[in-house]
Amino acid sequence: MNITSAQYYNDISDSQAGIKANIDGTEMSIPLDPANRHYAEILRQVAAGELTIADAD
Amino acid sequence: MSKAAELAALIGSQTAQTGTNLWINGACNVSQRSTSVTGLGDGNEGYVTVDRMRESGSTASAGRYTSKQTAITDLPGFANCFHVNCTTADTSIAAGELLFFGTRLEGQNLQQLAKGTSSAKPITISWYMKTNKAFTFVLEVKDVDNTRDIQQKFTTTTDWTRHSLTFVADTTGALDDDNARSLDIHIWVHAGSTYSGGTFTSNTWSSVTNANRAVGIGSFYDSTDNDLKMTGFQVEIGEVATPFEHEDIGTTLRKCQRYFQNNGGLRMIKGGYVASGGNNFLTTKFTTAMRAAPTVTYVSVSGSGFSNADPATQAIGTESFEAYKEATSTVAGGYFLFTYTVDAEL
Repeated sequence: MNITSAQYYNDISDSQAGIKANIDGTEMSIPLDPANRHYAEILRQVAAGELTIADAD
Repeated sequence: MSKAAELAALIGSQTAQTGTNLWINGACNVSQRSTSVTGLGDGNEGYVTVDRMRESGSTASAGRYTSKQTAITDLPGFANCFHVNCTTADTSIAAGELLFFGTRLEGQNLQQLAKGTSSAKPITISWYMKTNKAFTFVLEVKDVDNTRDIQQKFTTTTDWTRHSLTFVADTTGALDDDNARSLDIHIWVHAGSTYSGGTFTSNTWSSVTNANRAVGIGSFYDSTDNDLKMTGFQVEIGEVATPFEHEDIGTTLRKCQRYFQNNGGLRMIKGGYVASGGNNFLTTKFTTAMRAAPTVTYVSVSGSGFSNADPATQAIGTESFEAYKEATSTVAGGYFLFTYTVDAEL
C-alpha cells in the first residue's frame, strides 16, 4: 500500500470526520475506524515514522 | 435406530451441510473491481480482480504478472476462474521476495472451528487448479490472532485437478469473535530465502517462523510461460472435502459486498435549481451492510453549477455515507452526479 499523502478533513459542522489520502495513486476518504484496513495502515505508517497526517484545512 | 430414523437423521445432516463453505466467491464468479489488471508484482497488489481474492507481492521482486477473471469451458460446472500469468520473469530471487494468493476470513465466521480449545476441529481446503507445467507450491493457513501457521505442499498438473488438503486441529490460540481478520489462507507461488530458507514441516501448527513458510516451492516467476488457473475454492470444517457447493450469483454478490461495493449507477446530489454557495447533500445507502466503516472513493464526477472536484464526505458508517457539495453558480437546471466504490476489505 503506497500512501503518498494523508490529511484530516472535517465534516460540515467542523468536527473531524476522516482522512483524505492518496493510496496507490487514488484519492480516498477514509473513516477513523481501526477496523478499516486503510486507516489501520495509515496508523501503522505513522507509528513507524513513515507518514505524517496533515491537519485539516 | 430404525431405518426410517436413520434416513431422517441422514437427510437432516445433509441439510445442515449447506452453506458451509467459508471461502466467499469460491467459484470466482464475482469480479467487481476489474476483470484484468496488468503489471502486478510491485508490492501494491491487494484486492485486484476476483472478489475476496487477495494478491500479496513484495517490492523486492522484478517479476511481473497479469491477474484476470477468465471464463472457462474445460471444467464442467465452473464458468470462471482466477487466472494469473507471468509477464516478466525473475530468476534472480532476492531474500525478501514473495508472492502468494489467497483470502482472509473474519474471526466471527470461524468460531465453529473451536480453535484454541480441546474441542478444536480440523479444516479442509479444496480447490481446482490447472497450470502450464507441474509446480510444487505450499498452501498455508495463518492464524493472525495468535501468529501461528501451518503448511502443506501440493503439486499441480497441466489438467484441472482438484486438490484437497486437511489441516489438523489446533488446540492452541483461540480466534477472536469479532469482525477483524483471523485466518489467512495463502497459496505460495514464489519465495526468497527469508520465507523459504528454513525447514519444512508438514501439517503441524506452530508459531510463525518466516523462513519455514514456503520451503521447497517452485517459482511462478521462473518463466513468462507460466500460467496458473484456479477456481472452486472451498474451506470446510472437518476432515472431508465435500463436492463444491455452487451458490446463486445473488447470494455470492451480496456476500462479496460486505467487503467491497462498486456503485455502477450514477448518484445525483441535486437536480434542478441550485443556488451559488448553497450546500447540497445526499445520503447514500449501501447495497448491504459492510464489515466496517468503508473507505469511499469517487470514481467519476460531473455536474452543472458545481465544480468537478469530488464531493465532501462525512458520516461514513457500515450502512451509508453522506456526500455533499457546494454549488459554485446559480443554475436553473443544476445537477451533480457521481459514482463511487466503498472498501471494507480485511
